[in-house]
Amino acid sequence: MQLQETNSPFSKEQVELLNRLLPSLSSYQKIWLSGYLSANQHGFEEVAATTTLEQSGLENEVSVQTANQVKTRDITILFGTDTGNSKGLAEVFSQKLEDQNFNVNLSSMEDFKPKSIKNVQDLLIVTSTHGDGDPPDNALSFHEFLHGKRAPKLEGVRFSVLSLGDASYEFFCQAGKDFDKRLEELGGERLYPRVDCDLDYEEPAAEWFEGVLEKLKEDQAKSTLIEGIQGQEQSITDSSNYSKTNPFKAEVLENINLNGRGSNKETHHLELDLEGSNLTFEPGDSLGILPENDPAIVNAIIERLGWNPDESITLNKQGDILSIREALSTYFDITTLTKPLLEKAAELSDNEELKQLVESNNREDITAYADGRDLLDLIQDFGPWKASAADFIKILRKLPARLYSIASSLKANPDEVHLTIGKVSYHAHGRDRKGVCSGQIAEQVKTGDRLSVYVQKNDNFRLPENPNSPVIMIGAGTGVAPYRAFLQEREALGTAGESWLFFGDQHFVTDFLYQIEWQKWLKDGVLSRLDIAFSRDTAEKVYVQHRMLEKSKDLYQWLEKGAHVYVCGDEKHMAKDVHQALLTIIEKEGNKSPEEADDYLASMRKEKRYQRDVY
Amino acid sequence: MTQRFPYEAGPPDDMERIKEESHHLRGKLIESFADPITASIPDEETKILKFHGTYLQDDRDIRNERKKQKLEPAYQFLIRVRLPGGVATPEQYLTMDKLSETYGNGTLKLTTRQTFQLHGILKWNLKKTLQEINHSLLDTIAACGDVNRNVMCNVNPDQSAVHAEVYEWANKVSDHLLPKTKAYHEIWLDEEKVVDSREEVEPLYGDFYLPRKFKIGIAVPPSNDIDVFSQDLGFIAILENEKLVGFNVTIGGGMGSTHGNTSTYPQVGKLIGFIPTEKIVDVAEKVLTIQRDYGNRSNRKNARFKYTVDRLGKEWVLNELNHRLGWNLEEARPYHFDRNGDHYGWVKGNGKWHLTLFIQNGRVVDTQDYKLKTGLREIAKVHTGDFRMTPNQNLIIGNVTQKMKPIINELVKKYGLTDGKHNSALRRNSMACVALPTCGLAMAESERYLPSLIDKLELILDEAGLREEEITIRMTGCPNGCARPALAEIGFMGKGPGKYNMYLGASFTGDRLNKLYRENIGEDEIIAALKPILFEYAKERQEHEHFGDYVIRAGYVKEVKSGLDFHDIPSKA
Repeated sequence: MQLQETNSPFSKEQVELLNRLLPSLSSYQKIWLSGYLSANQHGFEEVAATTTLEQSGLENEVSVQTANQVKTRDITILFGTDTGNSKGLAEVFSQKLEDQNFNVNLSSMEDFKPKSIKNVQDLLIVTSTHGDGDPPDNALSFHEFLHGKRAPKLEGVRFSVLSLGDASYEFFCQAGKDFDKRLEELGGERLYPRVDCDLDYEEPAAEWFEGVLEKLKEDQAKSTLIEGIQGQEQSITDSSNYSKTNPFKAEVLENINLNGRGSNKETHHLELDLEGSNLTFEPGDSLGILPENDPAIVNAIIERLGWNPDESITLNKQGDILSIREALSTYFDITTLTKPLLEKAAELSDNEELKQLVESNNREDITAYADGRDLLDLIQDFGPWKASAADFIKILRKLPARLYSIASSLKANPDEVHLTIGKVSYHAHGRDRKGVCSGQIAEQVKTGDRLSVYVQKNDNFRLPENPNSPVIMIGAGTGVAPYRAFLQEREALGTAGESWLFFGDQHFVTDFLYQIEWQKWLKDGVLSRLDIAFSRDTAEKVYVQHRMLEKSKDLYQWLEKGAHVYVCGDEKHMAKDVHQALLTIIEKEGNKSPEEADDYLASMRKEKRYQRDVY
Repeated sequence: MTQRFPYEAGPPDDMERIKEESHHLRGKLIESFADPITASIPDEETKILKFHGTYLQDDRDIRNERKKQKLEPAYQFLIRVRLPGGVATPEQYLTMDKLSETYGNGTLKLTTRQTFQLHGILKWNLKKTLQEINHSLLDTIAACGDVNRNVMCNVNPDQSAVHAEVYEWANKVSDHLLPKTKAYHEIWLDEEKVVDSREEVEPLYGDFYLPRKFKIGIAVPPSNDIDVFSQDLGFIAILENEKLVGFNVTIGGGMGSTHGNTSTYPQVGKLIGFIPTEKIVDVAEKVLTIQRDYGNRSNRKNARFKYTVDRLGKEWVLNELNHRLGWNLEEARPYHFDRNGDHYGWVKGNGKWHLTLFIQNGRVVDTQDYKLKTGLREIAKVHTGDFRMTPNQNLIIGNVTQKMKPIINELVKKYGLTDGKHNSALRRNSMACVALPTCGLAMAESERYLPSLIDKLELILDEAGLREEEITIRMTGCPNGCARPALAEIGFMGKGPGKYNMYLGASFTGDRLNKLYRENIGEDEIIAALKPILFEYAKERQEHEHFGDYVIRAGYVKEVKSGLDFHDIPSKA
């Protein structure tokens, strides 16, 4: 393509200069120049007036270029996020596009006025998927709008979708798929095909962005060296050098089972030392832990396949190397069976049963098999295996990090982070099974050990900016964790705002997590009200929503005086029932119709007065 | 400030204020029990609650563990039934058995004061439990607190005609000395509230109740099973021609003391005279009012009636009593006690059969090998007579007809229920209080430890040929004396974990206190200290000489004639 005044942001004079220069450059020089211009963007802005760039001979052009933005189509990036991953990616993409002189409008779906979608030109969507294929909380209203009758025609809008998810769920990346399909139905033009990322999302996300960028630049008529999506973590972990890709090895200071004798549960209170990490967080944030697999399963796999545990294997494209034992312990996911994994495994075995299962493409059968089984089952059930260790290991996905809501405040416990981790354990298919991370914490981790951790921001679960605003905190089981952080924070700050906690679990005697701390806060006035529901102490099961309904009048008064409502914990049951209870209370105490109650909650959500951290 | 009582030792203890402000034992109990955030109630309320027959406790085994877990202590309540003379119907027994399973820790404790105790009742279940107890025509009023406690009465199965009569008097004394407040009925039984509790009158007790607990027991010689000399007020039935003619009266006995505080001591009651049978209620009331007026309300450690009697002298108390009665007690009449333990097995009395079963430390529980609780439940289902808790924590299946005897016997056989005769005589004469893990006062194990100590002592007894020699042995986890250890031939009071003070030289009949022989010793030292004495006793004892008498004659300890001598310097071995 020949540069012209009409297809570029340059003046006639500039076009002539560039057209003279560009053909003379080698491809290496072009790439160098592109990277140079891109990387030094900020520097130019500050010093453009005084700096001469003799090496390039382009001093005039450069200053002109920064003064006049590239005139291309506007790009809108919308993200839907729960844990902050989509948001983090969206922010990085936005920055990179701006660096390359695109006009970018970045927004969460929640903050984006749905109707203005018709004015959008190029739309990039980055979204995670929640639970059973639902969009994340802050994408709900936008998702609903787009799928409703009021959604406008989107002819002339170009789009591309990046979806994040977890392949072990049946409705993998469903929210992203929904958006992708719907935008096309509304007349949008797919700029670049959707990419669905599994838990180990960084690489495919970077590839998607490269692809999108290529397309965008076709208009811009520029070829630019694309940097990888590095540095994303830095942008979301403040001043610390530690991140998901470079986790901090935090020493375990305490590891206590919070459940008293005789409990059906095992909930661990973990205190970690962050000294020297510079990691910071706010109440509401999560901590990611890079867990290790159960040595028993690792050993069983190695033994079953007759591998040499000390043999070195290559882990990834970067060529990192670990011994087989190390790799299975720390690098690969060996406890989740996903459809892609089964498909790839089928190629490594002559087992007819496995072939049939995969080829049937029957989602139900595959899910039924995958449910409650791990790699060891797969290996035992569908041998013999014809692949080498190196080939076999290639089909595994990376061991994903586990996120836990932080249960402490840095102001109350400087250089520490506390977590509340419920041990997942169950019996299935003839074996006792447990959560990778929660099992490790409950059974392996001792005081003095070190865990690889990083901070995951969560701006969707924050104490009110106004310290005097009342808060209503609703949580069951480990869902109470962030409220401990909230109250520690408010206590440390001496905040005056009222607070009301609804907590539920199974038994009063054994499962009242952090009981003596709430009692003390209640006595000291840091916590204004406390209502508890223990479902298995009485013949009739009582849950937090029942306590809320009992106190509906007071609760509505709190809402009316501006209380922020937080819900944390199990999504399937607790969060849904709590949501319904809130609607009932608003209807009943506010004399509202069901639609009005819906709107009431929706506007609370919009004002960030209704925040959820559910899993 | 005007004087409230004729005797005031000093500024009143805070408990006096709590009692006064409680509006006749109401306090803030209703509000406290409505608070769902904690399984406990405030400290002040626990003190009021005692008067209602229940204590707040916690499982001390896991107290520290739970603190680490950020959980409050495993709070639970003990419920003690008011059961004068220890007699219950089979229906009442079944109620208690069921409640222990439904709301308690699955066991029943038969106490040293002849009643049932339930342990492990959660706050939310307390009211329901109390209601069901009351529904079975039992109650828990004044089973604890600064009032007259459960009135004890000899169980004498072999003299059942006299037993019935004496038991009736025990009931009358108990009923007469009950607090009259309606607080119990309002709080637990949902009866209508007294309009203004301040206008309610406690005619006998007044607003301050007693300075401290008050214990009454009635013995029928020759059995001193109720340890009449350990009672604040004791009655000894006097029989002439097999008919009850009246009672000798003893005052100022008591067990409790405090380690390291020599102004506190166990004491044996003093005999002050004889009264005709029908005067017993009046005498009990007047003695109680003397203690009400002259007891020490400033220092609860010196508040029991025994200190009042020792301070004022028994003559003074007798004169005051005669004065209050308007008549004089007669000279005490002769009587003879032969033991303070139980006889086991079947006996016949008044045409009915009575079976005394050995219940180790009064704990009714099913174990893997011994389904005691189930067995007793099955008996209760068919039994047509009564159950009697003995003062030694055993159980009598009483008033069994000739026809029913084989049926009961079959059940006894089926469940292997024991009359204890295969045990050593030492074990059959053993008692231990609850102590750890639930008792807040315990400094050392008692009920959970004594059986295993006896295992070891039995080896020595076998070797010394003393297996069938009756020796009383009692253990408590603290010096408060619930199992009356100061009246045991071998007594232990907990000092700290695994450590006990060992006392020797009480009489077999319960009329002489023992004396400290070794202080703060563990099991090895206990065995090492007792072994040579037991061997020597086996060899050197005179005919019918009891162990408690022998250790005095042999010079191991000095005879204690009064509680005031209890703390003399320990004798050298």
